[in-house]
Amino acid sequence: MSALIPAQQIVELALQAAAKSRRSDETIVIVTEVADASLRWAGNSMTTNGVSISRSTSVISIVRKGDSAHVGALRSSAVDALAIADLVAAAEEAAHAAPQARDSAALLTGSGAPPDYWDTPIPETGAQVFGDLARSLSAGFAGADRLYGYAHHLVETTFLGTSSGLRRRFTQPTGTVEINAKRGDASAWAGVSSPWFADVPTDALLEDLSTRLGWAQRTVELPAGRYETLMPPSTVADMMIYLGWSMDGRGAQEGRTALSAPGGGTRVGEKLTDLPLTMYSDPFAPGQECAPFVHTASGSDRISLFDNGMDIDRVDWIREGTIAALTYPRAAAAEFGTNPAVPADNLLMTGGTASLAEMVAATERGLLLTTLWYIRTVDPTTLLLTGLTRDGVYLIEDGKVTVAVNNFRFNESPLDLLRRASEAGVAEATLPREWGDWATRAVMPTLRIPDFHMSSVSQAQ
Amino acid sequence: MTQRGIDSDFLALPLGALADAALSAARAAGASYADLRVHAITTETVHLRDGELESAVLDREIGLAVRVIVNGTWGFASHAGLSPEVAAESARHAVGVATTLAALNAERIDLADEPVYAGAVWVSDYRIDPFGVPTADKIALLGEYSHRLLASDGVDHLSAMVMSVKEQTFYADTFGSSITQQRVRTMPALEAVAVDAAAGSFESMRTLAPPTGRGWEALAGDEVWDWSGELVELPVLLAEKTKAPSVVAGPTDLVIDPTNLWLTIHESIGHATEYDRAIGYEAAYAGTSFATPDKLNSMRYGSPVMNVTADRTAEFGLATIGYDAEGVAAQSWDLVRDGVFVGYQLDRVFAKRLGRDRSNGCSYADSPHHVPIQRMPNVSLQPGIEDLSTADLISRVDSGIYIVGDKSWSIDMQRYNFQFTGQRFYRIRDGRLDGQVRDVAYQATTTDFWNSMEAVGGTSTWRLGGAFNCGKAQPGQVAAVSHGCPSALFRKVNVLNTVEESGR
Repeated sequence: MSALIPAQQIVELALQAAAKSRRSDETIVIVTEVADASLRWAGNSMTTNGVSISRSTSVISIVRKGDSAHVGALRSSAVDALAIADLVAAAEEAAHAAPQARDSAALLTGSGAPPDYWDTPIPETGAQVFGDLARSLSAGFAGADRLYGYAHHLVETTFLGTSSGLRRRFTQPTGTVEINAKRGDASAWAGVSSPWFADVPTDALLEDLSTRLGWAQRTVELPAGRYETLMPPSTVADMMIYLGWSMDGRGAQEGRTALSAPGGGTRVGEKLTDLPLTMYSDPFAPGQECAPFVHTASGSDRISLFDNGMDIDRVDWIREGTIAALTYPRAAAAEFGTNPAVPADNLLMTGGTASLAEMVAATERGLLLTTLWYIRTVDPTTLLLTGLTRDGVYLIEDGKVTVAVNNFRFNESPLDLLRRASEAGVAEATLPREWGDWATRAVMPTLRIPDFHMSSVSQAQ
Repeated sequence: MTQRGIDSDFLALPLGALADAALSAARAAGASYADLRVHAITTETVHLRDGELESAVLDREIGLAVRVIVNGTWGFASHAGLSPEVAAESARHAVGVATTLAALNAERIDLADEPVYAGAVWVSDYRIDPFGVPTADKIALLGEYSHRLLASDGVDHLSAMVMSVKEQTFYADTFGSSITQQRVRTMPALEAVAVDAAAGSFESMRTLAPPTGRGWEALAGDEVWDWSGELVELPVLLAEKTKAPSVVAGPTDLVIDPTNLWLTIHESIGHATEYDRAIGYEAAYAGTSFATPDKLNSMRYGSPVMNVTADRTAEFGLATIGYDAEGVAAQSWDLVRDGVFVGYQLDRVFAKRLGRDRSNGCSYADSPHHVPIQRMPNVSLQPGIEDLSTADLISRVDSGIYIVGDKSWSIDMQRYNFQFTGQRFYRIRDGRLDGQVRDVAYQATTTDFWNSMEAVGGTSTWRLGGAFNCGKAQPGQVAAVSHGCPSALFRKVNVLNTVEESGR
């Protein structure tokens, strides 16, 4: 596609414009180049597709008046050089008019020299990455099962520069394939995350779907109630990601989240389980790599734009079954007398050894889930979440999957699931289904819950 | 309607030249049809926490998209650049995508006819352009509202936000239509939290002011919404809620206020009557629908007092527009008439597939980088002929609950089983309100629920609610949509106690 002004140049142009105007004390510039390719199909035919190239440029101006800092933040998809000076001027104007920022901190500093990979070519993507997938799908489309699904490749390269001399760059690839197969009334789902779209095991996914649809040729109706349940990694990921999002330190300290402790303070230090479960995020986790530094144009309880460019380290949110950390930007950490902790864009949980097959074999009577759907908060005081089982609930009897069961609506809290889990399986890379639009990098175990609460039956197939 | 024009900076773009370049390049490359969309979306989001600024970000997105049909297959490409060269190149790229992936397409694309609208212009009805209001003034007003609440007894923490959006599009297709449009929308929300630190518990309550297709007048002053009244009332109601008894679970008669019912309509009627879902296009993601085409004109959706319309024309509606993303003029039609399922939401491809002459205009894309898909129009429950008040409905209930304000929502992938909570729940005893209860959720199956609707309130109870964040499709797209409804009376709906649900 048409060449744009290089992103690196945009960073320098914006910083130069700010230096020249002298209307602000500090400036942060973040440019993200996005290359995106997608392919969607339904009922054995392609439905939508597309490729796009876009860019997002954020300019954050900071004006300091004594101890107070005032911020103006603008983000634009405009790609011409003239727009950059306007963007800087608008951010400066906004900073001068803004009230004091509540999360003020000194910017991190650097030498002003970019890293040696700063100018290397920006990775791209396009419809060609779907070549192997399309060949396997074509064969699948000719089969008897009805196939639905989506393949998506997103390559985001972020350049961050600050007037305090930081220059950081990172390319974050995100690739996913999800296939939903239907045979009669039965429905099954399989999905994988594949950052560079290499070696997507489409044929193996189709085979797995066929096995699951085979299980569903016999079905039984079960009523609502509490069931021993094996939650496979995708379902654990969806519940734990929501827990991760709910672990902001400020909310817990102020008594307004499920991580607040009775009597004041937080639940850090509370032992949830005797299982040696450790939940962590780590930008360098093998196969789950993601941005290793903060880059944001907007602040929240979880993140501060004053921390832009800060290293994101591994954080153990739960260590060996005990709540170990909550999210704090630097300013909040100082306010509450604790250490900064910033979540990376992945979530992992380890602590078990059994394979899913072994856990099924060790089950006398229980349910095996496939994925969860439409998860929402019901009661924030306990982090009670509701949602649905989707695309395959199977009954295990005497160590074997025997038949498929109707879907259920559940009401459960991820904290309570950890408190009640009786076994954890080996951690595996998985694709969260409910949160897959935002979170694709996850490694999770299967969990055995002795009494998973299925609140009512859903007729949905 | 206020006479407004399209902003001059959008009109200053080389729109005609982009259209000529894209459409002629697409045709030259072998497309039988092409459309170009130049799409600008400006969003300003301001968040305050406990009266102090947490975040204020202005986001400007602009780009162009070209959609083509080549030998009956769609191709799409978009770009952030706005030059005729980029437009032509994107058109050729879209043709390339269609050609590359043609082997996967088993259904030949065919568009329903629509009159040509050359040089059409449409601007939504708003009084104060939110982008004419300085950010500092927005922060100051939100801060002033925050401090009124924080000064009240029992409010320990407060979050306040406002999101303002302006959306501009230029659309041109090879049939000859060229349409320029502009609309704005505003979403304010303030939520107060009361903390009981000793017990380790807390309770919250949010304002009921709905998101709306209006400008800054939705937040400034009491003309559109009674902010003065609501900000005085909210802390009192929250304090009452913290002391309220926990609900007794079981089948319960409900009077549901429009501030809560709009969301139930959205999930159980709005999404269920999307034709693309009904025929499986969303099967792997958003889901399908129990309301399949074989049930059209025969299935009893609800009781005879249930009449639901779809429109893209409602005053201040979030889905209101002059023409959709395929150049189809805005319309209004029935989805449910006298309780019977009679209509779908369509775009030009699905209209043809359902055997209709014309699309009802539900195509929308949320970004220049996304493909237009069938999206929800405003979907509204009609008031009753008799002008019953909410109090009249409550008077018919011996023992029940009156539910006000939306909060949490969840529904299954065929739109059968749903569960909703709310902001406030009042016990009804002997036809009168008798204080608040808490920990309430209601759970039902769509058709059971709508068949249990005994009565709807009159026009005086009808309100327009809505959301900015309706999600659908992959890659995910969000859309803003409004839902109007009266208060309504439902018999024997299953009410849950959310504390018991958690096993405590």
